[in-house]
Amino acid sequence: MPAQTIEVLDELIADFQDLPESDRLELLLEFSDNLPEPPERYAGHEDEMEQVTECQTPLFLAVEYSDEEDPIVTLIISAPPEAPTTRGFAGVLIEGLSGQRASEILTVPDDIPNRLGLTNALTPLRLRGMSALLGRIKRNITTHLS
Amino acid sequence: MTTSVPVEQSDYAHPEKLVSTAWVAEHKDHPNVVVLESNEDTLLYSTGHIPGAIKIDWHTELNDPVTRDFIGPEGFAKMAASKGISRDTTVIFYGDKSNWWAAYALWVFTLYGHEDVRLMNGGRDKWIAEGREITREVPDVTEGDYPVVERDDSTERANKAQVLDSIGKLPLIDVRSAAEYTGETTHMAGYPQEGTLRGGHIPTAESVPWATAANEDGTFKSREELTKVYAEDANLGQTDQVIAYCRIGERSAHTWFVLRYLLGYDSVRNYDGSWTEWGNSVGVPIVVGAEPGQAPS
Repeated sequence: MPAQTIEVLDELIADFQDLPESDRLELLLEFSDNLPEPPERYAGHEDEMEQVTECQTPLFLAVEYSDEEDPIVTLIISAPPEAPTTRGFAGVLIEGLSGQRASEILTVPDDIPNRLGLTNALTPLRLRGMSALLGRIKRNITTHLS
Repeated sequence: MTTSVPVEQSDYAHPEKLVSTAWVAEHKDHPNVVVLESNEDTLLYSTGHIPGAIKIDWHTELNDPVTRDFIGPEGFAKMAASKGISRDTTVIFYGDKSNWWAAYALWVFTLYGHEDVRLMNGGRDKWIAEGREITREVPDVTEGDYPVVERDDSTERANKAQVLDSIGKLPLIDVRSAAEYTGETTHMAGYPQEGTLRGGHIPTAESVPWATAANEDGTFKSREELTKVYAEDANLGQTDQVIAYCRIGERSAHTWFVLRYLLGYDSVRNYDGSWTEWGNSVGVPIVVGAEPGQAPS
């Protein structure tokens, strides 16, 4: 049932694409503002999360799984307020992917940052950092399933 | 009608170029002052900025998307006017990352001969650390009156051919991290690879990482400390022409500012092509390892 996840993300991508370029950053800022705080159990334990070193500012990822053969995936991402674009993209991934099945997330295209229509607004370096975050999530899932 | 803005006192060579957060707080609403925030992260301004400050985005507003160069004279005049800047406006720059991009934007304004440009010491982080007011409110801008002026790349900017010709003749300062200088990596720690094929440095370049000029809080070190770092440890002396470079020209804009205005070197050029250009260029020499190396014969 890969269509489910892609549908959620597709809606988000459409939300970005429907906006003029200048307003897409505003939408990304909303995702940045609304990025959920990591649960209490991670407070002060960022070292137990995976650092996404490809990002320009410290960003930490944790992936949790339900106890099923094709588990439901919960994403937890911690990014500092001085990195709002990274936070924004993390927010998009959490809204689009968290709560979905592992098998579905693995079908998501790798070039989501480009599909949001931000390639002119953001530097290639930052876009690559965003792609790396998605890549890390997929790798974590692949390792968990193996 | 020009309304002159007072200059802050310091013992730097050009004290008028650097202002404190307290000075900005006091003068930011002066009718002839425009405060520009220039960040690496384009969304940062939107999360809160100095009241009255206007955003300038180095990536989308200073670069020409076609020529891989800065915007031309007409584009610059239009951009400046849109931010309420006229030719005699005092423009204060500040930003994230210890003012890298603020120094870079200030440097581009300098190429266009905008005379009264100043940097806020310590940048955005210091303003916030001091608990000073920030806001998300974007100010209304009254369009400035900015003339179309030619950019002068001859005095503050170096291109690849000039750098190639300078090896063995002029001092070169590599401001990247030690690991980038030796060639161990082609990028700074925590940053992804940016597609540079070779690691190393330009032959004869001295390694003086940009952070050597900065205190923990992002402010600049004292003139005495800076003199030791550059004039003594890096053997620059006082009369040399200098060229600084980094990876894409932003960290070296920071060093350019130090050498040009805090220490008063008359001829300092920023090579903004930097390692992303040099490390990929066909037919130019590099050196790998901790030593500056020799000029090719």
